[in-house]
Amino acid sequence: MSFEVLWRYAPSLLSGFAVTILCWLGGSALGLAVGFAIALLYRLPFAPLRWLLRVYIEILRGTPFLVQLFLLYSGGPFIGLRLEATTAGVLGLGLYSSAYFAEAFRAGFSAVPRGQIEAATSIGMNSFDILWRIALPTMLVATLPAIVNLLIVLSKETVILSIITVPELMYQMQTMAAETFTAFNAIFAMAIFYWLLVETVSRLGYRLERRVTAYLSPEARAS
Amino acid sequence: MSAAMIELSAVSKSFGAAPVLRAVDLAVGKSEVVCLIGPSGSGKSTLLRCVNFLESYDSGEIRIEGRLIGYEDRPDGTRRLMRQRALREMRCEIGMVFQHFNLWPHMSALQNVAEPLRRVRGLSAPAAAERAKQVLARVGLADKAASYPGHLSGGQQQRVAIARALAMQPRLMLFDEPTSALDPELVGEVLEVMRSLASEGMTMLIVTHEMGFAAKVADRIAFLDGGRIVESGPPRQVFHESQEPRVRQFLQTYHDRNSF
Repeated sequence: MSFEVLWRYAPSLLSGFAVTILCWLGGSALGLAVGFAIALLYRLPFAPLRWLLRVYIEILRGTPFLVQLFLLYSGGPFIGLRLEATTAGVLGLGLYSSAYFAEAFRAGFSAVPRGQIEAATSIGMNSFDILWRIALPTMLVATLPAIVNLLIVLSKETVILSIITVPELMYQMQTMAAETFTAFNAIFAMAIFYWLLVETVSRLGYRLERRVTAYLSPEARAS
Repeated sequence: MSAAMIELSAVSKSFGAAPVLRAVDLAVGKSEVVCLIGPSGSGKSTLLRCVNFLESYDSGEIRIEGRLIGYEDRPDGTRRLMRQRALREMRCEIGMVFQHFNLWPHMSALQNVAEPLRRVRGLSAPAAAERAKQVLARVGLADKAASYPGHLSGGQQQRVAIARALAMQPRLMLFDEPTSALDPELVGEVLEVMRSLASEGMTMLIVTHEMGFAAKVADRIAFLDGGRIVESGPPRQVFHESQEPRVRQFLQTYHDRNSF
């Protein structure tokens, strides 16, 4: 294994890494925002809307991300949607993940104990304050482990963006491997990069979790 | 004639086909303390929860200081659900204390008490915190203001919950088995707070299994069975002179369990 090759390709690998991080953060932010909006809309007492949201979630969860990405990038132009590769990548990742985030948030809302809502209702708080001040904080804390988990999964899904020529890490690695016949080096370096990234995210997530659950009783936190 | 604080007339309610309240009549006057007792499943909690419309009732009327709660009468004699805003205005005058405290776990004791003052009464943050401190001191928890519910004992949590309701300066208070979830040694501190509230003239409707407390503090006891009030009167009359077999049997079971 030659480190000399990796060194020579360092600039393109680093730029690939940067693109990976950007796509991951951009896609996640979009997914979180859309997913949260879906979970909120889902709470409205309006059956047709819930049905539509259900269909959206089922389609995005039921088809491979690779297929969605191809449809968006290569199929888009047929309906006049001509996207640059990275834009399509971020948008695709965002829409794909929004279905999963929506489900995580929805489960989080149902984890808010009924009694907390009843206490707020009985004291005369309005629905907006009950949602914003009472349900949301408890819901977010309950959802946090699932969110961190999804973020980790998404960070690795970014490799699929190389298929539509987004110049992220996987794409740069493949280029290097093809030009220098050093496939093993490339794969090995990839593994290290992603492992470092995931390890960082998971540690940050764990610390955040400790922090936001500080108010819970020692027994409730123990898990 | 001044209206009763709470007046229920012919209140009925079913869960599906199963009736839980059958034509209940009950009046609670100003500064009166009324305890609802009876076997589990007799409809006590449901009745209490209808008073602030946490549960809807199917027919009959529940009036708070003369005003119908939960419904609005239409000119044609039918009625429809009350507007949310009007219902909220009525609810914030009715304090409620729950069996499981129902504090908001992400807020400190102080924030739990101050939050509704800010959101419902519209107080500024400093004014809400100031009043919250006073009320916490009143239930003996001045030193626990910064603690989160998860770090308080059950008795302390329930006192915070009482403070939360009390800070709103309600016209009346509802208690739904306020000591049933507490360890026996913590029951006393909560009952003590309730006793002092009663002595200050708070109107209280209390669902409880604490017969000793009911006998000493209540002005009136109402015994429910199968969704009906089968006996009602001063504690002495219900506890010692009742001829109603269901009441006697219930009290007998209670005595048997508590003597050893």
